[in-house]
Amino acid sequence: MPKPKVAFYWCASCGGCEETVVDLAEDILAVVEVVDIVLWPVAMDFKYKDIEAMPDKSIVATLLNGAIRSTEQEEMARLMRRKSQYLIAYGACAVSGGIPAMANQFPREQILKFNYEDCPTMVNEQKVRPQLKTTDDGHEVTLPALHNVVRSLDQVVDVDYYVPGCPPTPKLTKAAITALLEGKLPPKGSVIAPDIALCDECPRKATKPADLSITEFHRPHQILMDPEKCFLAQGVVCMGPATRSGCEAACTKGGMPCTGCFGGTSRVHDQGMKIMSSIAANIAPKDEAGISKALAGIPDPIGTFYRYALAKSSLRRKVNLPKEA
Amino acid sequence: MSDTNVQSASWEPRIVAFFCNWCTYTAADLAGVSRMKYAPNTRIIRLMCSGRVDPQFIVDALAKGADGVLIGGCHPGDCHYVEGNYKMLRRFDLLQRMLADMGIEKERVRLEWISAAEGEKVKRVVNEMVETVKKLGPLGLPQKFNDWDSEMEDFAAHVAAQEAATGCGCAVHGKKETTVNA
Repeated sequence: MPKPKVAFYWCASCGGCEETVVDLAEDILAVVEVVDIVLWPVAMDFKYKDIEAMPDKSIVATLLNGAIRSTEQEEMARLMRRKSQYLIAYGACAVSGGIPAMANQFPREQILKFNYEDCPTMVNEQKVRPQLKTTDDGHEVTLPALHNVVRSLDQVVDVDYYVPGCPPTPKLTKAAITALLEGKLPPKGSVIAPDIALCDECPRKATKPADLSITEFHRPHQILMDPEKCFLAQGVVCMGPATRSGCEAACTKGGMPCTGCFGGTSRVHDQGMKIMSSIAANIAPKDEAGISKALAGIPDPIGTFYRYALAKSSLRRKVNLPKEA
Repeated sequence: MSDTNVQSASWEPRIVAFFCNWCTYTAADLAGVSRMKYAPNTRIIRLMCSGRVDPQFIVDALAKGADGVLIGGCHPGDCHYVEGNYKMLRRFDLLQRMLADMGIEKERVRLEWISAAEGEKVKRVVNEMVETVKKLGPLGLPQKFNDWDSEMEDFAAHVAAQEAATGCGCAVHGKKETTVNA
């Protein structure tokens, strides 16, 4: 019997998700033993046309990481959807836009101008920009177009399962692959991680007071943080209360507050608003001036609370950006 | 709520109002019983307390086509649950900053303390709010979302044509039996 086919693909991502697959270490050998990897651009050489030539649904599962930001990524997302029985959004970017989705605060022109002209480390006197089409020596060469909006995978194609995290842990990855191989699959649309807030598995939970009454906020580099005390009790923004667990509290154990990469639990519809609601309600001041002063300690609420989830937020993108062709 | 038409001359603002059960909703009731006339543009949702107004509700209302959101609660110190309205006040500060960062005018979301006796204030605040939002014009987020996604339409059409040509349309998925036994 032929081995089931599995594909890994990456879109707008940093490569960290690929690293997690490699972090399976020896376990990756067990995976390779039972599946045929048919596409994995970071590690193996396959051509897109090989995938195109395969019958539809012939790949059992594709683990796709990265947000969808260019026409090429969109094309590949649609192709992998067509060829796969199960399409899995793997990692925060594919699940909810991730870090790349913070570009949804800016017009595309501003992003291109900064990166190709104004960026301090850029030397580009002729102000060359990537062109969609150019002719070189009689050959026409093309490049993908950048979309105006950064999207999560499920904003482009139908997604079967979600494996959250920036990056997902090897343990969750193994759980997802095992579930696939054994056919023990949760209902479609499930997030393959526990459905309870991070605080539940945080070793600092016992030190979280019932009444936080935060008087001022500190960013992690501004204070000497107590290594055992709840971050919120120290006035450090921690996304734990509105974030799904499953990372085994990697950050809070390592001395840094949660930044929310696992997304919300199933009860949270807009992660940024939910954690903002929780944190703001828990400050001490009761008068407008005092409230403003305390909350001024959070200088970039969008970047803080929507770090990984702006694409999937209710507003999706800054709403008054100029329309571009 | 998807018929927002930016060009329409007959456009009227749609405002979602979250009123607390104990003060502002009762005040709206009083305004009604007293036969006060005010703009019919608000859709009032009664909650037990302004502290129950989750910011998720506010952005959800805007995303689904509301042009403005009005929140009404008891005056500070008068909350039926002692502290609920302070929670709303604190969230409101950060919410306004976040909405501004996302390009939404802060006048579209308003917080007012209206006691059960202030039917007149309900009338004034609703009328003012409708005037303000009228001046700002429609927010029209459902339409915006469609506009944004039109950048993908050409491509989807191209893929559909290709599928039709090759006869391998994407089957209803999830119905396929799993053939993953090693």
